[in-house]
Amino acid sequence: MIKSIIGHPVVLLVAHRIAMGLLLLFAASLLIFAGTQILPGDVAQSILGQSATPQALANLRAELGLNEPAVTRYISWLVGALHGDLGTALTNGQDIADAMGRRLGNTLFLAGCAAIIAVPLALTLGLVSVRYQGRWPDKVISAVTLASVSVPEFLLGYIVMFIMAVRLHAFPSVSTVYDSMSLLERLNAIALPVTVLVLVVLGHMMRMTRAAILNVMQSAYIETAELKGMRPFRIIWRHALPNAIAPVVNVVMLNLAYLVVGVVVVEVVFVYPGMGQYLVDHVAKRDVPVVQACGLVFAAVYIGLNMIADVVSILANPRLRHPK
Amino acid sequence: MSDIEKPVLEIRNLKIEATSYPPGEAPQDITIVEGVSLTLAKGKVMGLIGESGAGKSTIGLSSMAYGRGGVRITGGEVLVNGVDILKGGAGALRKLRGKTVTYVSQSAAASFNPARKLMDQVIETSLAMGVARSEAEARAVALFEKLGLPSPKTIGSRYPHQVSGGQLQRVMTAMALCPQPELVVFDEPTTALDVTTQIDVLAAIKEAIRDTGVGALYITHDLAVVAQVSDEIMVLRHGHMVEHGTAQRIIHDPQEDYTRDLVSVRQVNHAEKPAVGEAVLKINDISARYSGLKFDVLKQVSVELTAGQTLAVVGESGSGKSTLARVITGLLPPNGGSIEFCGRTLSPALKGRSKDDLRELQMIYQMADTAMNPRQTVASIIGRPLEFYFGLKGAAKRKRVQELLDEIELGEGFADRYPAELSGGQKQRVCIARALAAKPKLIICDEVTSALDPLVADGILKLLLNLQKEEGVAYLFITHDLATVKAIADKIAVMYRGKVVRYGNREEVLSPPFDDYTDLLLSSVPEMRLGWLEEVIAHRKMDAGGE
Repeated sequence: MIKSIIGHPVVLLVAHRIAMGLLLLFAASLLIFAGTQILPGDVAQSILGQSATPQALANLRAELGLNEPAVTRYISWLVGALHGDLGTALTNGQDIADAMGRRLGNTLFLAGCAAIIAVPLALTLGLVSVRYQGRWPDKVISAVTLASVSVPEFLLGYIVMFIMAVRLHAFPSVSTVYDSMSLLERLNAIALPVTVLVLVVLGHMMRMTRAAILNVMQSAYIETAELKGMRPFRIIWRHALPNAIAPVVNVVMLNLAYLVVGVVVVEVVFVYPGMGQYLVDHVAKRDVPVVQACGLVFAAVYIGLNMIADVVSILANPRLRHPK
Repeated sequence: MSDIEKPVLEIRNLKIEATSYPPGEAPQDITIVEGVSLTLAKGKVMGLIGESGAGKSTIGLSSMAYGRGGVRITGGEVLVNGVDILKGGAGALRKLRGKTVTYVSQSAAASFNPARKLMDQVIETSLAMGVARSEAEARAVALFEKLGLPSPKTIGSRYPHQVSGGQLQRVMTAMALCPQPELVVFDEPTTALDVTTQIDVLAAIKEAIRDTGVGALYITHDLAVVAQVSDEIMVLRHGHMVEHGTAQRIIHDPQEDYTRDLVSVRQVNHAEKPAVGEAVLKINDISARYSGLKFDVLKQVSVELTAGQTLAVVGESGSGKSTLARVITGLLPPNGGSIEFCGRTLSPALKGRSKDDLRELQMIYQMADTAMNPRQTVASIIGRPLEFYFGLKGAAKRKRVQELLDEIELGEGFADRYPAELSGGQKQRVCIARALAAKPKLIICDEVTSALDPLVADGILKLLLNLQKEEGVAYLFITHDLATVKAIADKIAVMYRGKVVRYGNREEVLSPPFDDYTDLLLSSVPEMRLGWLEEVIAHRKMDAGGE
């Protein structure tokens, strides 16, 4: 029994994808480390300032381990990261894992709220525009989503802020959150950035869903369903969508990854204490360990979500799930 | 008038149009079907027969008020049980389609949703009609059994890709019969099947029609097939009715010239040529497999072909006949054996072959459409090998192109046309000219007539035979169609599961005593007479009973 599960082609394929994902993550860690090494400037100099004596700089460099060869530093960084130790921030001496944990939680909360609204909404709008292809609902949905994708997100952010916060006073314009806030208060605080994020990712997902399903709608089995007298929505839902899962999941995952990784601008606009702001702050201070840690976390999220998309695509294929 | 006397389907003066979009011109309406009327009594089978473009599928689908692509029913009446379905709205059509009238398509493999189990699809309409799931499933299983599907109780839990093409075609028939319709439209249901599979499916369909008492429109281009299942036959051409009568009369006493042509098709014949002169091609013990497969798709194949002769390689899908062509052309290097071509040993891989090797070995494909660059004119398609192999340019090239066009019986005006402006038969002729341009010793013809209508295919075969007489070129003719084999071959190799099971001169191979497979293959080819199907089935049952 166990042998037959292990030998199943799907298990092999999934294992292969996961292995590739881990390899990719390893490669990403190399790139991140190499990238921060070739950045101009000197950390010791930026900590101590222009007036530091050469002796003090040398001491600090030795203390930070900056004199070790790059390979040694990379390995000790990677081993630390694997143990959950991302090092300490150079600028304020805080433990990075601790400081980032709370920020990451905030970002995931924001991205999660946006995803819960955006994904079902995008799929529904995609299905509706397929059902009424070429008619007014399709055209309205296309026009609105295209417009919302086309506007730069910081502009979108200020427009939303102007209308909802300044004019209507419906929601706060600054999304500050504290530990002591209740869930409802938190949701109220992030309403505007969530709106912006939904508008930003909605168009892409909706259009891809529409395109993927329309592609399937050309198939002979859709004609079969029509000739069986099935209702149009049932045809789309039961016959077309199951065959469009792979491309839809891929684009959904790409957008989820964007929600986590790409929120930097929106977080800054709304002064939301998430990963994005944390990263921007520390890039400005040349705090290399923090930048490396953020890069690694972003890469892991990105690769992880795409890996899930790959695995779901494999599992959605009946030919792979049920071999002859 | 009681319900029983009302015909299940009555079509009056049907007119069907579509919009065509010729490149560079304004869209124009073209008439696909005009002035067709027919009446089908309950439980009767009418065969609609004609070549491609005759409008037979379009008429079939009109009985469900359905038009493929931009096709529209613009005139006439379609009455199902006395009610004009063209006047009903979308709701009425949904009640008709899949319930009163059902459809079996040519390619069941494409017509089943790959993501859902067979049973779910078979009983979908029954459930929509309010039949309980258990009742619907019981009906489906009974139909699976009637249609001779293996393990009828469990086959429904499989996915479409898990059953064979012939089985899928039967499942589709079960799907059409499950809601207990009054009319089934069979649209070329056996055309995509191998001939030995076709006979079983045909018998199953015929029995199911008889037992359920359902009326049927049976659409096909193969008169021999339609003769087996129909009570009446209607012959169609270019969207008009040519002739209509009982199956008996159409087959044995056709009135119109066109029908006579269809009945007597396969007039091409030639005397078997003896093997004289040197061998062009000697294949010794070739074995081959595709990477990733754990078994050989060709197993120690040896055949020989003499200059000016035709070797027909015949077999069903999966027999390895096209793989043999790939090995000979060097696309798939074999893992054993050798190929001798005009006295020299060919390099197994394409890379190792000389320009002369390439020139003397040409190929013609099944799909002339995809074998030509749609953006090149006929002159540049045929001119390319002239330039590549012989360095011809300018007027000399133009002159040679014209000679070749004359040889394939296409006139002056064709040189500057694009492939899209040619008919299927003309396209295949251009491909033949392109192969001839290289002055080859051997042409591999891979199912070159399979995609063509019978009358057009006959023209191509005649042309190939004439060219052979004039140029002395040898053909390796790959086909699944035994009628073609009989028409053109000097030698025959019968392939089955990667092996040559029978090989020799034509008369030898086609004369008894047969091996089991060749016997099965030959006896499965539909013959143009009524009652043939019953005879073969009875014969086979007897054989099986005797063992």
